Amino acid sequence: MEPIEKNVLLRVRHLSKSYNKEPVLKDISFKVKKGETKVIIGPSGTGKSTLLRCLNRLTRPDSGQIWLDGVEVTSSKTNINKIRQSIGMVFQDFNLFAHLTVLDNVRIGPTRVKKIPKREATELALDMLSRVGLVDKAGAYPAELSGGQQQRASIARTLAMRPKLMLFDEPTSALDPELIGEVLIVMKNLVKSGMTMVVVSHEMGFARSVCDEIIFVEKGVIVEQGPPDELFLRPKHRRTKEFLSKITELYGKSEG
Amino acid sequence: MNFLTLDWKTIFPQLLKGTLTTLQLTAIAISLGFVVGILLTLGWLYGNKPIRIFCRGYVDLFRGTPLLLQLFIVYYGLPRYGIRFSPFVAAILGLGLNSAAYQAEYFRGAIQSISQGQMLAARSLGMSEFKAIIHIILPQALRIVIPAWSNELIYTLKYSSVAYMIGTTELMFAGKIIAAKNFRFFEVFLVVAFIYLIVVLIISHFLRMIEKRAKIPGLQMIS
Ligand SMILES: Nc1ncnc2c1ncn2[C@@H]1O[C@H](COP(=O)(O)OP(=O)(O)OP(=O)(O)O)[C@@H](O)[C@H]1O
Ligand SMILES: [Mg+2]
Repeated sequence: MEPIEKNVLLRVRHLSKSYNKEPVLKDISFKVKKGETKVIIGPSGTGKSTLLRCLNRLTRPDSGQIWLDGVEVTSSKTNINKIRQSIGMVFQDFNLFAHLTVLDNVRIGPTRVKKIPKREATELALDMLSRVGLVDKAGAYPAELSGGQQQRASIARTLAMRPKLMLFDEPTSALDPELIGEVLIVMKNLVKSGMTMVVVSHEMGFARSVCDEIIFVEKGVIVEQGPPDELFLRPKHRRTKEFLSKITELYGKSEG
Repeated sequence: MNFLTLDWKTIFPQLLKGTLTTLQLTAIAISLGFVVGILLTLGWLYGNKPIRIFCRGYVDLFRGTPLLLQLFIVYYGLPRYGIRFSPFVAAILGLGLNSAAYQAEYFRGAIQSISQGQMLAARSLGMSEFKAIIHIILPQALRIVIPAWSNELIYTLKYSSVAYMIGTTELMFAGKIIAAKNFRFFEVFLVVAFIYLIVVLIISHFLRMIEKRAKIPGLQMIS
């Protein structure tokens, strides 16, 4: 059994993953406490998406363990479909179900996966849509929405499963600059509501204002992690400093 | 060429009966092909290795050999092993199993044109692969496939005429009998052609209506 540590929701230990003998993740370990938000940053192709996908086993790691709230995600005995219900995932390109209305997108998890009666699921879905400010778009199809609206709808779809943990994989990087803000606001509200989140993002405004820790990943290893101010003001590694100044230049400081 | 001197009173009911048989044959064969085609596609895309090999092999085999030959094997070949079908049933099996191979190709193309993210999103909600296929992948694939599938239906209708070679009394068969009896091949076959044409036009019209109704608002479908 996993040593019980109070308030730790997610624990990742010695996670490694290779694609075609090419190591992508090398001995990654970290933990996330209940209600914490961690932001993962790092250069492109460094394994950030792979790491997130390992967390809900959309990708199987080669070695290492992941524990969510006392259940070993990586164990082959674990019912992964059950575990995934409590790990929400928000994608860069939204991935709303193209043939369903916004309401049905949000409702389909509760009805088809959790078998909640339709009326109850509708209420739940509308509640989640109001949290992301999209009740008036309930009847629209994804292709009729702006990117920002689609991403908010996909957040609502994830919330409707009442997850313990939410994973965000560059949720704003497919959006036009003027649409990024509305998604970040929704995410900030989630942080305030006590949601536990792991966010891959280079929105440093978001990271500095709400996250508890930044994890800087490069070439499959965690180079440095710590509270945002510490990383920005007193980075221990030269690479951290270089990378942070590069993305600040690229994305700006104030956004979000 | 003179249509008026033909004995329409006896010819018309015969052609009508043949047409109905053709429609029945087509409808049942295309449905059989639909069910088998979907199963082949799912086996091909999501099955384990032996299933994948079987499904691919099936499609290659049926697409790679003439339809008429397949009909002859079902009707003349199988009785050697004690499996005997009426011409009508043999035609349904031959046409249906043949169409299944083509439909499987179309379904596969449709499914593969759906973004991988749809499956990822479904799985991330905790759906099993099976549920994701039923609730997310197939509903989209079936919409995408409508234009290609419409062609397949029309082909099947027209190819069903080769069933006359094994003695199925469909429209072509009726035409041949009438023409031979009256020695009026040109006029009778022209009428038969006209009937096929009308049926194809009506079916195309309905399929276009279905396609329109199934369209997802706001989405540009490439096909
Ligand atoms: N399914 C896969 N098969 C083979 N290689 C893969 C696969 N997925 C990712 N990779 C490789 O693994 C490495 C890490 O990819 P990953 O997508 O995790 O990086 P990332 O940090 O998310 O990059 P980005 O910032 O561009 O999103 C890349 O070199 C990529 O080519
Ligand atoms: Mg990525």
